[in-house]
Amino acid sequence: MSEPELSHAGLNLGDTGELTQDQAENAIFGFWIFLMSDAVIFALLFATYGTMIASTVGGPTPASEFKLLPAFVETLLLLTSSATFGRATIAMKYDEPRRVLFGWLGATLGLGLVFLALEANDFATMFAHCAYPMRSGFLSSFFALVGLHGLHVAVACFWLVVMVGQVCAYGLDARVRINLLRLGLFWHLLDIVWIAIFSVVYLQGNIG
Amino acid sequence: MSDRTRELRTYAIGYGLSLVLTVAAFAMVRWPSFGARAIFGIVLALGLIQMAVQFRCFLHISFKRSSRHDLQLILFSALIIALMVSGTLVILFNLRGRMMG
Repeated sequence: MSEPELSHAGLNLGDTGELTQDQAENAIFGFWIFLMSDAVIFALLFATYGTMIASTVGGPTPASEFKLLPAFVETLLLLTSSATFGRATIAMKYDEPRRVLFGWLGATLGLGLVFLALEANDFATMFAHCAYPMRSGFLSSFFALVGLHGLHVAVACFWLVVMVGQVCAYGLDARVRINLLRLGLFWHLLDIVWIAIFSVVYLQGNIG
Repeated sequence: MSDRTRELRTYAIGYGLSLVLTVAAFAMVRWPSFGARAIFGIVLALGLIQMAVQFRCFLHISFKRSSRHDLQLILFSALIIALMVSGTLVILFNLRGRMMG
C-alpha cells in the first residue's frame, strides 16, 4: 500500500480538473503560516492563564466554576464536528452529490452552533455567580482564553455559511475548493486548541 | 484499497482514538485514583497524544511524506511556544514565590 506524497497540510485533493496540486500547495501553505501564528497567540494566553490561576482575590475559583459534564459534552461536540468536516472534504474531493457535501457541512455547522450555545450558557451561569472578567485576574485570563476560542468558532461558523453560499454561486471551482480546504484546516486547528483548553482549564480546575 | 477508502479510514481512526483519549482524560479526573499532580501529568500527556493524533489523522501531517515545510513550521512554532510558555511560567511563579513567600 503506497500512499501518494502529500504537498500540504489537510486532505490533498491531487490534480482535479479544476485545481492543480501546485496551486493548492502555495495557497494552503500561506494559510498554514497564519494558523501557526494563531497557535502562538493561544499559547501565550495559556501561559497568562497559568500564571493567573491562583489570583482569585477571594472570588470564584476554578473548582467552584468549572463543571465536568458541560465541558465533556462540548468536547464531544467539537471533536465530532472536526470529523464531520473531514467527511465533507472527502465528499468535495470525490465530487460526491452536492446534497452529500451540504449534508456533512450542515452537520458540522449544527455541531458548531450547539457548542457555541452550550458555551454561552456556561458563561451566563458564571456571570450569575458574579464570575465576570473584571472580578479577578483568574477570570480575566479565563475569559480572554476561552472567549477568544469561542470567537474563533463563531467566525468559523460564519465562514462555513459563506462557503455554502460560494458553492451555490460558483460551483466547486479552484477558488472555492481552496477556500474549503483552508476552512477545514482552521476548523481542525480549533479542535486541537480545545484539547489544550479542556485539559488545562476544565480538567485542571476539577482535580483535587 | 482505493484512496477514498483509505482517507475515510484515516478520519475514522483519528476520531476513534480522539474519543478514547478524551474519555480517558475525563475519567481520570472524574474518578481520581492517584495524587493531584500525577493526575494532572497524565491529563497533559493524554492531551498531547490527542493533539499528535489529530495533527496526523485530521491535518495529514506526517514525518515521512510531507514534501513541504508544514512539519518544520509546526516544530518551529512548538519550540517558540515551549520557550515562551515555560519562560513565562518559570519567571512569574518565581516572582510570586519571592513576593508572597
